[in-house]
Amino acid sequence: MVFNQDIIKPENLVYKRTNVLTDAVMHYCPGCGHGTIHRVIAEVIEEMGIQDKAICIAPVGCSVLAYNYFNVDSQGAAHGRAPAIATAIQRLYPDNHVFTYQGDGDLAAIGTAETIHACNRGENIVIIFVNNGIYGMTGGQMAPTTLIGMKTATTPYGRSVELNGYPLQITELLAELPGTYYVTRQSVHTPAAVRKAKKAIRQAFENQKGKKGTSFVELVSNCNSGWKMTPVAANKWMEENMFPKYPVGDIKVNGEKVSK
Amino acid sequence: MAIKGSIVVDTERCKGCGVCLGACPNQVIALSKNVNGKGYNYAEPIKDECIGCASCAMVCPDGVITVYKTKL
Repeated sequence: MVFNQDIIKPENLVYKRTNVLTDAVMHYCPGCGHGTIHRVIAEVIEEMGIQDKAICIAPVGCSVLAYNYFNVDSQGAAHGRAPAIATAIQRLYPDNHVFTYQGDGDLAAIGTAETIHACNRGENIVIIFVNNGIYGMTGGQMAPTTLIGMKTATTPYGRSVELNGYPLQITELLAELPGTYYVTRQSVHTPAAVRKAKKAIRQAFENQKGKKGTSFVELVSNCNSGWKMTPVAANKWMEENMFPKYPVGDIKVNGEKVSK
Repeated sequence: MAIKGSIVVDTERCKGCGVCLGACPNQVIALSKNVNGKGYNYAEPIKDECIGCASCAMVCPDGVITVYKTKL
């Protein structure tokens, strides 16, 4: 190992793990985007100084143990019901920063009703949606967001339109609702993408501070275990296959849809 | 005046995913031949050409990289 002891001094520090994350070792697979997204959210909470006001709603899925990693108040929700819990907590504590952290199986499948109605009511919550196109935790089954032709445990010959229908672009769907104020899609596979994602999450929490309405941030992520690839190959596959269907960028800003 | 950087990897927490390798502009990082307590080939700096850009730390899913930078 190469260490330059002249450089490693506290005054030269440019980056270290944020204290808003606990010291627990994350249970996620090596290279999983969940870890990066956790860190980015924690950094935004630290920069805004809202650690004692933030409330995380943990979902069911790979990120079910999110409350072990965020050093903020947390509440577990029944499968898909995180936006309903977030609605209640935000209404009881209107000055707190309530955010849900959900995967695609949680938010776009079993929790579709809660998600759509919370967004339609324009609840002042932040919804973080991690889309990896698969049910990662239960062993890689088909999710609503699985791409056409993608092989999963329940579609071994690839997803077909005749049998399974089309991939659900729930982010575009939610952007149509008048209650959503900010809808965006980002990713965390490169340093530049991480910086953009952080900016988007910061914007979402700032909107919440101004009581503007629902902010919805989708993060296209990888699932290298479920996709049966190495982490680096999964990120490349994501760029080539996920991004054409789920293009990265802002969809709705300040309550107005962004014209493409 | 040159900008010099250095990284410190928490080798016991590193899962050896290798995402940081591609993020580094100077190819400073490589996976070690040794393994940590969990059996992962952890990431480590192999060259003295780090510029302290923190790109590796930005993409690290487990936040195991600490970055230092100075002007010499």
